[in-house]
Amino acid sequence: MTATVTRPAPPRKPRPARRGISRETRELWVLMLPAMVPVLLFSVGPLLYGIGLAFTDARNTRVHETEFVGLENFTRLLGDEDFWASFQIGAIWSVSVTVLQFLAALGLALLLNEKLRFSGLARVLSVVPWAMPPVVIGLMWKLVYHPDAGVLNGLLGTDINWLADFSLALPAIIVVGIWAGMPQTTVVLLAGLQNVPKELYEAGAMDGAGTWRRFWNITLPQLRPVIVAITSLDFVWNINQFGLVYVLTQGGPGGRTRLPMLFAYEEAFRYRMAGYASMLGLAMAIVVLAVLGLYLWRQMREAK
Amino acid sequence: MRRVWQYVALVAYVVFLAFPLLWLLSTALKTPQEMALTDPTWIPREPTLANFGDAFGEQDLVGASVRSLVVALFASVITVAISLPAAYAMARHRSLINKIAIGWVLVSQVFPFILIIIPLFMILRDLDLVNTLPGLVVVHVTFTLPFALWMLQGYVRAVPRELEEAASVDGAGRLRSIVSVVAPLLAPGVVATLLFSFISSWNEFMFALVILQDPEVMTLPLTLVRFTGPEGVARLGPLAAASLMATIPSLIFFAIIQRRLKSGLMAGAVKG
Repeated sequence: MTATVTRPAPPRKPRPARRGISRETRELWVLMLPAMVPVLLFSVGPLLYGIGLAFTDARNTRVHETEFVGLENFTRLLGDEDFWASFQIGAIWSVSVTVLQFLAALGLALLLNEKLRFSGLARVLSVVPWAMPPVVIGLMWKLVYHPDAGVLNGLLGTDINWLADFSLALPAIIVVGIWAGMPQTTVVLLAGLQNVPKELYEAGAMDGAGTWRRFWNITLPQLRPVIVAITSLDFVWNINQFGLVYVLTQGGPGGRTRLPMLFAYEEAFRYRMAGYASMLGLAMAIVVLAVLGLYLWRQMREAK
Repeated sequence: MRRVWQYVALVAYVVFLAFPLLWLLSTALKTPQEMALTDPTWIPREPTLANFGDAFGEQDLVGASVRSLVVALFASVITVAISLPAAYAMARHRSLINKIAIGWVLVSQVFPFILIIIPLFMILRDLDLVNTLPGLVVVHVTFTLPFALWMLQGYVRAVPRELEEAASVDGAGRLRSIVSVVAPLLAPGVVATLLFSFISSWNEFMFALVILQDPEVMTLPLTLVRFTGPEGVARLGPLAAASLMATIPSLIFFAIIQRRLKSGLMAGAVKG
């Protein structure tokens, strides 16, 4: 199997060792090469290839002459109602999961930082979702939401098919998204909280600042870099989410939970529209980069 | 009074985090008859382990577990084998490559998988690796590599350079000093990275879904998903049992690294 990894030549070969290149540089290349070849071949290469495909009418079949079509896929995307519906769902999903996940995680991190009794249990529990395969998380919540044998209908005394209900399916998967993503956020925020210098709180207490003021004027500003980093990452992970929702609803009912990545997956592997799906991916990447850029730029400006 | 509210909030969190887990456990231990009751119960009246046995009969779970194990073993060993030299180079020679590698870790997070997976699928098809386990191993290696590299170079950096130099003063050759001085100190870091790569591969779903379409070669997450569909209530027990079993490797991994999670792994300053 190793042979398949290293067999084909890399797209960009390292420059042949010229006389001027030192022994150290050569050693560096030799050590880096085994790791660089697979990354270039199977991830940088495909990424560039994928961006290229976005401007062609490529089909995901062996027998199709691929032609360059320029921005045709993009104009088609702009006129595609299904895409806009999916885009809207993706926006609602990623913003609400990121925000709610952050608020929930911040609350939990603050509690865990208080050194209450039994917080050990909460600490362990808060890591468990991280340790579970995403597929298992999806299946587990399917059991919770199950219309007949699920615990939720039993608890609430309702008779709702949560994941098949047009208006409830999206909120239902958002709850799962929060549950699944809370651990990372909590762990990171807790680490950030523990790095806030104790002296600041002591000084704050001397000045007569109450709990709320200390939180607002000391904790939050001190946590700011950590908050910006983790919410950015969460947002990117959430908008690119696929597995969890695929397991829960496969995008149903009637496309009400069809996140952009599920839409792109269907286009690419069910309808075999490789070029179109690539353009969708590229458009999403640009949107993500723009949102992220704006967010980071604003945060940096405010921090000054 | 404040304490009271804090405890109320803590209990609320514990309930939210724990109840799906308990329900999964409860479902796995129920008989089909009990599952069919209109009023679901938390504690099974007649706890049974039959679901665990049935799970193996329902689908090819044994085969799927073996395939997942093989893929994860190969993927993790290859990942560490090829990223260790690179991590050493990155930690010892500060250079442009360093920044490029870190940059790639970030870029690979932002770009949606669809942009990579379509061409990757085409490339693998041309190499006749679609629907094969080696194909999946290649993909898992490629996508675990950046993070494994990042982890490992942190461990290498924690080994003082002076130790290596001291060894060479004592007359040890370069290779000798690496093998007998650096390697033992690096062992815990290598094990942690191996475990991380193993779990990433064991849990991975998306790439497997695209690359493995034939039930004969499907890995565990795919086989678990095939359990669902228009299922009857009777199959939920075995499904829950199988899901629990699929989680065991990750739980072991997290039990091992739990103590380091808080400080090391996330900060990127991993200590050996």
